[in-house]
Amino acid sequence: MQQLIPPFDWHRIFVQPWTTDFSITIWVVLMGFFVTAACGLVGNYLLLRRMALIGDAISHSILPGLVLAFMIFKHNSTWVMFLGAFSAGLLTVAIIEFIHRQSRIKPDAAICIAFTVLFALGVALMSSLESQGTIHIDAECVLYGEIAFIPLEPPTVWNGMEIGPPSAVRMGIVLVVVALAIAVFYKELLVTAFDGGLAKSLGMRTSVWHYALMGALAIVVVSAFEAVGAILAVAMLIVPPMFAAQLSSILPVRLGLTVLHAGLSAVLGLHLSVWLNCSGAGAMVVAAAFLFVLAWLGTMAGSIRNRSLAVDRCSRDENLPQVRSL
Amino acid sequence: MNAPDSSSTPLEVHDLTVAYHKKPVLYGIDLQVPEGSLIGIIGPNGAGKSTFIKAVMGLLPVSSGWVKIFGKSYRENCHRVGYMPQRESVDWDFPVSVMDVVLMGRYGRLRLAQRPTKQDREIARNCLEKVKMLPFANRQIGNLSGGQQQRVFLARALAQESDLYLMDEPFVGVDAATEAAIIALLRELKSRGKTLLVVHHDLASAKEYFDKLILLNMRLVAFGDTDEVFTPEILQTTYGGRLTILSEVAQTLSTTP
Repeated sequence: MQQLIPPFDWHRIFVQPWTTDFSITIWVVLMGFFVTAACGLVGNYLLLRRMALIGDAISHSILPGLVLAFMIFKHNSTWVMFLGAFSAGLLTVAIIEFIHRQSRIKPDAAICIAFTVLFALGVALMSSLESQGTIHIDAECVLYGEIAFIPLEPPTVWNGMEIGPPSAVRMGIVLVVVALAIAVFYKELLVTAFDGGLAKSLGMRTSVWHYALMGALAIVVVSAFEAVGAILAVAMLIVPPMFAAQLSSILPVRLGLTVLHAGLSAVLGLHLSVWLNCSGAGAMVVAAAFLFVLAWLGTMAGSIRNRSLAVDRCSRDENLPQVRSL
Repeated sequence: MNAPDSSSTPLEVHDLTVAYHKKPVLYGIDLQVPEGSLIGIIGPNGAGKSTFIKAVMGLLPVSSGWVKIFGKSYRENCHRVGYMPQRESVDWDFPVSVMDVVLMGRYGRLRLAQRPTKQDREIARNCLEKVKMLPFANRQIGNLSGGQQQRVFLARALAQESDLYLMDEPFVGVDAATEAAIIALLRELKSRGKTLLVVHHDLASAKEYFDKLILLNMRLVAFGDTDEVFTPEILQTTYGGRLTILSEVAQTLSTTP
């Protein structure tokens, strides 16, 4: 046991990261927070539209996107890679819709067909390029990411000022843009998610909003995968909104709770990874899931208590909203 | 500009055909709805009643034909149309309040990214008052009964302040008191010169509720004043040989003078 779980050393786990290792810790935590919050905010709308699997599909299409972008443009600068992954993400959504519309295949099956085939294409192309010796893409890095490498990047310099590691700066900008877009287009995102028929009858172009959301999702996932990898980004899309959904049934409150949950998961995850000497991103998802379970158990306990209080009430009456908003 | 008589016709449909997976579900619908009437759309299950009003609003792809709303295309005049979808068409666990849902009825009048104004909230509150749901304004929609959900949807349609209303089964799952309240509101709208098209499945009450009836069964069987089209012959054509329904109709006809 001593070998498997390192001893719990308060000073090493909780003090050292914020004193001697501060310059590393802060960027790992910030990156974790940016990724989880941005993914979680978009994830709220995926959950409301019952499209959780789409996040999975887009994140898996990153691999073929990266490989194809490299094959076409012959170099691996950040922007080329970003563009490749982003267009692969949108293409996946278009393929899914095409399959769904042109056949009687149900959406969940269409999603599985599209993304597994694209992922397989990525694996095949990548191994073929590798065997020719043209490029080495670290598949592990694409799938799992490595948040601990973020602070080691040469910092972005702006007006002679060192701001921080480029991926973290990019992710921070993505988070701000996503949050602003949700605030500005709150009404449109709300009605298209709740009642697409009404939205269309009001003259709104629902497919434009659908693709805008898918575009935001692709941007968020593609910017996140460097740090947490394509697989864990899916967890970041779904776990924070699930946590928020346990605690509130008011959308703006849920969005706020998502961001709070992101911050808590990043800090808790960091300490967990220092303690266990493990992958930072993995530890953050474990911490995020732990918080979700906590919230879930909390609401279950709350609803059991309230049910015993509500035994005498036979109709759905004035007191029910309070019961639910717990 | 169209001729004045055409721009005062709330709804004109010509040769409307709709198909799902290349199988036509509605074909060759031709009709002209006059202003200020309360019209029921009746027909058997699968007759295309919901399909018809959805196709009018362009929610479904139309194979052929055209639709004019007050003499213009639907897109140009969508602000003059109010829509009340079927209650089951949305997720009632959605994290919004009753007020939020009714405010959505105002969205068509707001610009991109514009928030509902104080005036919009006032209108939404008035509409909730009319359906007697104002005390529930801040409640989560998941806590409402079926009848209350239906009233919220009605309040949202009222908040659209339209001239033509398309309503999909507004009486489904409501108790007798709510049904009476809803029909009173629909009649009040009619008396203010609004035009209402209501998908309805209950033949027994159809005769009493509506001035005019559209009888559908994949094609337009009949359209006219209720007295003229609510006859055993036309109902038999509409419902085919479905005996249970026909005996219901026979009963309805014998009990209502």
